[in-house]
Amino acid sequence: MSKIQKKERFQNGNIWKTVKNNLGIILSLLVLCVALTFATEYFLTTKNILNVLLQISTNGMIAFGMTYVILLGGIDLSVGSVVALSGTISMALMARNNWPLVPALLVGLGLGLAVGIINGILVTKVGMPAFIVTLAMMNITRGLALVMTSGKPIYVQDERLLIIGNGKFMGVIPLQVIYMLIMFLILFCILNYTRYGKHLYATGGNIEAARFSGIDVDLVRIIAYVISGLVSGIAGVMTAARLYSALPTMGEGAEMDAIASVVLGGTMMTGGSGTLGGTLIGALIIGVMNNGLNLLGVNSYWQDVAKGFIIIFAIVVDIVKNKKKK
Amino acid sequence: MDNKIVVRMEQITKIFGIVKALDQVDFELRAGEVHALLGENGSGKSTLIKVLGGIHKMEAGQIYLEGKPVTIEDVFTANQLGISIVHQELSFAPRMTVADNIFMGKECRNKLGLIDVRKIMQESQRLLDDFGSDIDPGELMCNLSISQQQVVEIVKALSNQTRILVMDEPSASLSLTEVEHLYEAVDRVKSMGISIIYVSHRMEELFRLADRVTVLRDGKYIGTVNIEETNEDDLVTMMVGREIESHYGEHKIYQNVVLELKHLSRGTAVHDINMQVRRGEVVGIAGIVGAGRSECARVIAGIDKGYEGQIILNGQEIKIRNPRDAISKGIVLIPEDRKEQGLILMQSVKFNATLCVLQKFIKAIGVNRAKQNEITDEMIDLLHIKVSGREMEVGKLSGGNQQKVVLAKWLATDPKVLILDEPTRGIDVGAKAEIYKLIDELACKGMSTILISSDLPEIMRVCDTVYVMRKGSMGGKISEDELVQEKIIKYATGVNA
Repeated sequence: MSKIQKKERFQNGNIWKTVKNNLGIILSLLVLCVALTFATEYFLTTKNILNVLLQISTNGMIAFGMTYVILLGGIDLSVGSVVALSGTISMALMARNNWPLVPALLVGLGLGLAVGIINGILVTKVGMPAFIVTLAMMNITRGLALVMTSGKPIYVQDERLLIIGNGKFMGVIPLQVIYMLIMFLILFCILNYTRYGKHLYATGGNIEAARFSGIDVDLVRIIAYVISGLVSGIAGVMTAARLYSALPTMGEGAEMDAIASVVLGGTMMTGGSGTLGGTLIGALIIGVMNNGLNLLGVNSYWQDVAKGFIIIFAIVVDIVKNKKKK
Repeated sequence: MDNKIVVRMEQITKIFGIVKALDQVDFELRAGEVHALLGENGSGKSTLIKVLGGIHKMEAGQIYLEGKPVTIEDVFTANQLGISIVHQELSFAPRMTVADNIFMGKECRNKLGLIDVRKIMQESQRLLDDFGSDIDPGELMCNLSISQQQVVEIVKALSNQTRILVMDEPSASLSLTEVEHLYEAVDRVKSMGISIIYVSHRMEELFRLADRVTVLRDGKYIGTVNIEETNEDDLVTMMVGREIESHYGEHKIYQNVVLELKHLSRGTAVHDINMQVRRGEVVGIAGIVGAGRSECARVIAGIDKGYEGQIILNGQEIKIRNPRDAISKGIVLIPEDRKEQGLILMQSVKFNATLCVLQKFIKAIGVNRAKQNEITDEMIDLLHIKVSGREMEVGKLSGGNQQKVVLAKWLATDPKVLILDEPTRGIDVGAKAEIYKLIDELACKGMSTILISSDLPEIMRVCDTVYVMRKGSMGGKISEDELVQEKIIKYATGVNA
């Protein structure tokens, strides 16, 4: 392969594309990190970095699934509540019905899957707006979690659960972070290296044209909601494992954090354009920012305010960039 | 008509980035004339009228209005000076009434400062009456036909004391009958003493409407001619700067029937259609918009699900349940609306061109990029698509090149039956000729083609056999030796002309 071909190949690669398209937020992230490194001694320590990664692990995972849905121009508001219900069901089966660990956790994942299927079918086959469907599903699942727990935590005592939730890979890297990275890799490959990924971008970019091209657009959309639901189910089980208990309030507001990460990551709410790498960076920015404000001793209530401003800033940068292109 | 000059544009230059969209272009408009602006896509005609309308700022040049130099800063100043543009993509609020649209931005108010609905209605009624239109001002815009919507836009423009009306390709999206309504409207505007700049691709309508024609090419002024002193061939030569072949070799039509429709029906739009397409044959479907031609094509291509009757491919009946079925059987539909149905505009040429053949380079997981590039390059070469590279965003291509990408996308699937729905709508003469040539080449290689078109000269130029549809049914069939315009119109309208 000649040099030029190599160069072209490199430029066509997804990593380069991701970097180029997300230059703004990558720089923001770097600036944020550099600033915090100088502002606090503690920021640039292995322990703190791993802490940041741990903090964003569930949010990041949910955001990856959300990326699929938003790439289709849809939205999934039910993710946070699915976290609560799937965690609750798994823990309840273990604590109350003495189910063994693995089947109980699988039921939790299955619940996420089921919610995804229902969301997908209501959106595509019944034709309801995604916002409404998933808003309703958010209420239903959160409500069921509250019903099941009567609002109180369910505690589980199981050594293996403790390891799943709080174990560390090679004694250093929290397993939760590993789960997130594995999920990222899987979803990244599906999005970039399979026919389904291309179908997803096509459907999100122009659903009519995708249909004319012989793509089963309903199936594409259902699968996206299923992925989002399943990932939320996994996140729910993970969270419960970390707390070795289930709280009906788990995952509250997670949908908004996920949407924020996706949007920060440069994915268009109208669909068709965006990358999973961008979402990861988006999640990192939110994580680093929360961490930094903590380290600086800023009242945690201010974190929401800062998050809001960062989102507006990111979108403005995006719009300015697009205008320049034109 | 007196020969007073209303507008003179001198040495207008407009630069976008590194592209000179307009290079010292001159243009003048006389009082009360219809002055056509002709040129291929990218020739600068839209840019020129946008400079006049205050949408673009020019880099150099001077505009004179009735002899006095003027500076047109923005759309508002243009309107103040009596210049209004009716854009190609009509811009109105579809869920508001005709009256609301006419008075948008200049709503009448009553003493309380609230909108005076009654006055808006009365005024609109008066304006529409003055224009001789019977459109109800209380009707919602979205319930009107496109030509009626255009009339509303014209009336809206005229309500601003317009002296110069600019119409940007108004006939591009109209059917045969609707075009007549448009022409009547133009005549009426002209009879009111208003000067018109009429931008168009359609050669034949210029001879019906225009007094003079100015031709632009590649951002340069080529010339202005009186319409009586020119003909179609001369204008085409001026536009493209070279002669365009208008006739092609004979298609070799084989005897075996590739696609046959028997009593094909679906709902009210398609009723009892019988049709045969042989190998190497180009079959035209003529008729007015709404005659069920596109609907018929959509049934064959599996876009609209469920039909009665039979679709027979190479002697065997096939069932088509969805577009995938059709594509896998070798039947493809190039849809009529390339932006809405054909392309993913924000994606690259490569993405679009290979979208229907993903299985060729993505097995389970992992993309064979070399193979994908190969397929893309093959299509770019075959169709002479002008791109800066495979990764170029399709939305940034000209209309003609976009249409070629749409063709590439479906030709990549190696189809047996090609259905083209209005393939040359809104693209320039040069690209049109290339598409005709391509259809011919494919036919000579044995492709069976169905061409749906509202453009009669196009049908007569390209097709071997023509079916005419009317109100969802087959109005008639005409074979090549008797292919005449009058007959098609007769079948299309059901009138014995």
